[in-house]
Amino acid sequence: MIKITSLIVDKIAQLAKIPVDEKEKDKLAKGFNETLEVVDELFKIDVSQVEPTYQTTGLKNVFREDKIEKEKMLSQEQVLSQAKNTHNCYFVTKRRLSSFEDSL
Amino acid sequence: MKLNKLNLKQTLKLLEKKEISLEELYDDIFQAIEEKNKELNIYLYVNKKALEQAKKMINFPLKGVPVAVKDNFLTIDMPTTASSKVLENYYPQYESTVTKRLISSGGVIIGKTNMDAWAHGSSTETSDFGTTKNPRNSVYSPGGSSGGSAAAVAANMAIASLGTETAGSIRQPASWCGVVGLKPTYGRVSRYGVIAMGSSLDCPGPITKTVEDAAILLKYIAGKDENDSTTSSLPVKDYLKFLNKSIKGFKIGICYFDLPQLKDSQVNQSIKKAAEVFKSLGVQVDYLQTSEKLEQNKVISPKYAIGVYTVVQRGEVSSNLARYDGIRYGKGREFFGAEAKRRVMLGIFGLSSFLKKEELVYKRAQRVRTLYIKNFKQLFKKYDVLISLTSPSYALKIGSSASSPMFGELQDMLAEPSSLAGICGISVPCHHDKKTNLYLGLNIMGDYFQEEKILQVAHVFEKSIVL
Repeated sequence: MIKITSLIVDKIAQLAKIPVDEKEKDKLAKGFNETLEVVDELFKIDVSQVEPTYQTTGLKNVFREDKIEKEKMLSQEQVLSQAKNTHNCYFVTKRRLSSFEDSL
Repeated sequence: MKLNKLNLKQTLKLLEKKEISLEELYDDIFQAIEEKNKELNIYLYVNKKALEQAKKMINFPLKGVPVAVKDNFLTIDMPTTASSKVLENYYPQYESTVTKRLISSGGVIIGKTNMDAWAHGSSTETSDFGTTKNPRNSVYSPGGSSGGSAAAVAANMAIASLGTETAGSIRQPASWCGVVGLKPTYGRVSRYGVIAMGSSLDCPGPITKTVEDAAILLKYIAGKDENDSTTSSLPVKDYLKFLNKSIKGFKIGICYFDLPQLKDSQVNQSIKKAAEVFKSLGVQVDYLQTSEKLEQNKVISPKYAIGVYTVVQRGEVSSNLARYDGIRYGKGREFFGAEAKRRVMLGIFGLSSFLKKEELVYKRAQRVRTLYIKNFKQLFKKYDVLISLTSPSYALKIGSSASSPMFGELQDMLAEPSSLAGICGISVPCHHDKKTNLYLGLNIMGDYFQEEKILQVAHVFEKSIVL
């Protein structure tokens, strides 16, 4: 199908936003190859007449009332209680965009 | 007799008749925890206020009995970690529906049990807080991922417990610890507030000392939950009513006995032993051949299920674990253990456009999944229940998972087709090896929302089998 290169591992790590070191990369590449093997099995059985499964117990379009339920709401204090870094009732995150100076 | 050794039904009866007190019960439970928890590593957290809470519950149906809860159910006032460092010291802001129902029925959470981190594994060895040991023989693994919950029951550190299963995670540890584990139909029990792994597969369920205890607990935790749109609105049955009905005239199909991995193995003898028990009860027993494709009166080989499960479950894992960003709660993604990292990344790999043959692999996997569903639906037209071994082996020694990256897949092979289809199943002890003190479990699978039938068959079997 495809050959696993360290470039693919890097790309996937980036998508997963998980830091991986060189040693882990080899292990992951091996895991990817094993995945390829089990995936190959899936193409050895005829499913041309079979629809994909969307939901196992046959539910379709489950709706609920669009109403505010006070007992389900969390207070601002509760919402922020587990965050390590908050400021004026906001979560603080790392900068996502590079600064103007960086782009020069 | 130590009161922690009582099963749920006995405990409720003795409390009702006031022959025992909650103080006496909790004394024995806490003593067992104190004596053995350090060695066995079953509880990550013990609720010191349990007795105090129990006393307020004496007039409720579950009368304040101590129930162990897997550490992936969100619990207010108790830390919830899913055995991952990412959630170390995390205190949830809301309660899972299942634990809420347990508590409002009079159950008390005695503690939170160890598991494979994020429920990724079949041994508890991927827990960031150390492995749990099997109380039957501590050189061995309890299985997993609900290993702590199964071990808590086997070690009499709780009267009953709650686990969750994605594919095998209730039934396999129940099998390895010699207790009963029930995986209900997908959607019979709410997933709200359970740390998500594979959302199209996950299902909470009871782990207990007897089949009857599983029936008691299921009744209180099952049912429609508007916070989980995949729960069924079918009414919850009074499961206890079915237990003492005869199964004479039932038809049972035996699955997977002819797999190459099992064919000549010693463990396969116990399936024959089970078949004889059922025959003596007036049940028609058929051995169903395994087939490479969908055929009438045959079972599709679980070998394709491994591929379906790998793509679907890991794909769902990669999505469900995306929320752990360390911003709102918990720690950052660099704290994921090796197995979680691997699953998230393999999940993304499986969903990616890198992986394309005739069509996207994920879509292909969902088509093959449909085949398993069709296969079970056909078989349940003819058979009341299907049976197989729960696990292809007795409990393995601690450390076995490290040597094989596909350890979980082989372990869960027998449970995967039924989990992918979403049908219900229960593991009940069917053989005891006196030399090692380890058990094998029989997996009794039933059609969608027919928990009463598998409980009925399991109950009769439990009473008839000589272990």
